Amino acid sequence: MSELTLTVMRLGFLAVLWLFVIVAVQVIRSDLFGTRVTQRGSRRSADQRPQQTRQPAAPPPQRQQSGSRQRRGAPTKLVVSEGTLTGTTVALQGQTITLGRAHDSTIVLDDDYASSRHARIYPDRDGQWIVEDLGSTNGTYLDRTRLTAPTPIPLGAPIRIGKTVIELRK
Amino acid sequence: MSVVTNTTTIGAIEAPSRRNTELMMLAFAVAVPVFAYINVGLALDGKLPTGVLGYGLGLGLLAAVAHLVVRKFAKYADPLLLPLAVLLNGLGLVLIWRLDQSQRLIQRAEYRWGSFSPDAPKQMLYSAIGIALFVAVLLVLKDHRILQRYTYISMAASLILLVLPMFFPARNGAKIWISLGPINLQPGEFAKIIIAIFFSGYLMVKRDALALASRRVMGLYLPRGRDLGPILVVWAMSILILVFETDLGTSLLFFGLFVIMLYVATERTSWIIFGLLMSAAGAVGVATFEPHVQQRVQFWLNPFAEETWRQSDQIGQALMSFGAGGTLGTGLGQGNSDLIGFAANSDFILSTVGEEFGLAGMMAFLMIYGLIVERGVRTALAARDPFGKLLAVGLSGAFAIQVFVVAGGVMGLIPLTGMTMPFVAAGGSSVIANWALIAILIRISDTARRPAPAPAPSPDAEMTQVVRP
Repeated sequence: MSELTLTVMRLGFLAVLWLFVIVAVQVIRSDLFGTRVTQRGSRRSADQRPQQTRQPAAPPPQRQQSGSRQRRGAPTKLVVSEGTLTGTTVALQGQTITLGRAHDSTIVLDDDYASSRHARIYPDRDGQWIVEDLGSTNGTYLDRTRLTAPTPIPLGAPIRIGKTVIELRK
Repeated sequence: MSVVTNTTTIGAIEAPSRRNTELMMLAFAVAVPVFAYINVGLALDGKLPTGVLGYGLGLGLLAAVAHLVVRKFAKYADPLLLPLAVLLNGLGLVLIWRLDQSQRLIQRAEYRWGSFSPDAPKQMLYSAIGIALFVAVLLVLKDHRILQRYTYISMAASLILLVLPMFFPARNGAKIWISLGPINLQPGEFAKIIIAIFFSGYLMVKRDALALASRRVMGLYLPRGRDLGPILVVWAMSILILVFETDLGTSLLFFGLFVIMLYVATERTSWIIFGLLMSAAGAVGVATFEPHVQQRVQFWLNPFAEETWRQSDQIGQALMSFGAGGTLGTGLGQGNSDLIGFAANSDFILSTVGEEFGLAGMMAFLMIYGLIVERGVRTALAARDPFGKLLAVGLSGAFAIQVFVVAGGVMGLIPLTGMTMPFVAAGGSSVIANWALIAILIRISDTARRPAPAPAPSPDAEMTQVVRP
């Protein structure tokens, strides 16, 4: 065997060994699962700047359209429109969304007027989204009325919890 | 005034099973040792080694069996543990086979024992038994929490395993073997798994007492006197092992494992400080009157002294081979690590790695060990039950301590102890026990990563509407 071949094999082997290590680390990296958070915007000042100075927000990433099952006109996402979490959206995929200060809530409200388990939003059998107050101290408001019973949510109607306002959008 | 606008989208991602990733990594993990095998053959004889097909197929078959069993019985297990272990086992086989080809070692064996028998086929057999045990553990152990029932039985079993070698004759100065006819076992390797089971079961029950009942003195939480009982007992046990079996490795493994698990269970730094102080006191105490340990310390401090060289040149030769390897190594089959002679392919196999793969290859090896430990700790973080958490930490901790003790000993960082590098070194007990260890980790990670069952549909929603006044 020539010296050159052996040198090439020696360095080749080290390269392959390290490639394995790097691939393994990549597997670990892709293994971190949990919630997928897509950053779309950046800081903006809150002092009533004109709308056009906002950075153009990219269109929301298209979720897998399992729309064949969904009714037309059904909301596809929940958007926080006021409060500290403004701009957060949660895709509606038939799961129950809990709101409150508890850490295991889907949307964790950092709001002095929110209870730890404040309200939840869930689809009923027909796919209609319902909001229900979970016995909160300061109440949940749909438009201007305080909720006393689980109520269907019209598209775009503001749900107010303390200083936070959320609404369902298509 | 400026506020942060969170324009984020939160979506749930279901846990993937990652079995195909594991299969891909396994194929890679089999290919690397086959490449190394060809490399050795070309370097030694200048032609393709004849055994390469059989060797590749054998390793591939073992990996495939393990993969299929994991796919069937531990669907959500960690995708990396199995490939990393297969890679280490495969490379170990190549290194042992490479040392079997050494004329120096063959002549030495013929001179000493009259005949030479290659270790690589034996190691292949042990690997097969190891995989069989791996499969058996995954089949029998449907849920790792079952092990919790055997907390005190495993205490008794591990004590027996640790004490047994005292009654068998010493081999090479250390009593770590038991011989049953033709079979020689190192019970310490199995004891490390069983003792991790005992510690996790025990600490899970006792951790509140150990963590909370304490006084604060000078920024340290000092445990109550009676809570010191268990750590004192374990310490005394490890000192006894050191004195009567003259085995530094097992004693260090045993005590270090306990301190790690105590720390993880109680989150009290004071245990680590106590542990370090006690092991330092114990080591110094024993080293002053135990001649075998004294000798090991002498070898470690003066590896090149004439006195040392006359009795054993192993450490000196190992250090020389690390130096000869340099950064990129001499290449497989082209080193002289066989000068170490005795135990070149078991305790000292790392010096072959260091010489023929160089620093670069050595670091890759240590990275692979590190990744196994990382996956173990990750499993502990993901586990939902405290027993599983402690057991995963304990098993990966034992693995890490063993790697540290062996690598440190061979490289001259700490006195050399008779332990084997997991998966790589020649030796049946070690390979078989470590496959069982990986199987338990895979079982815990399967339970930890399995998606939680969907909550039962709550009838509350409709009920509230009905009851509305």
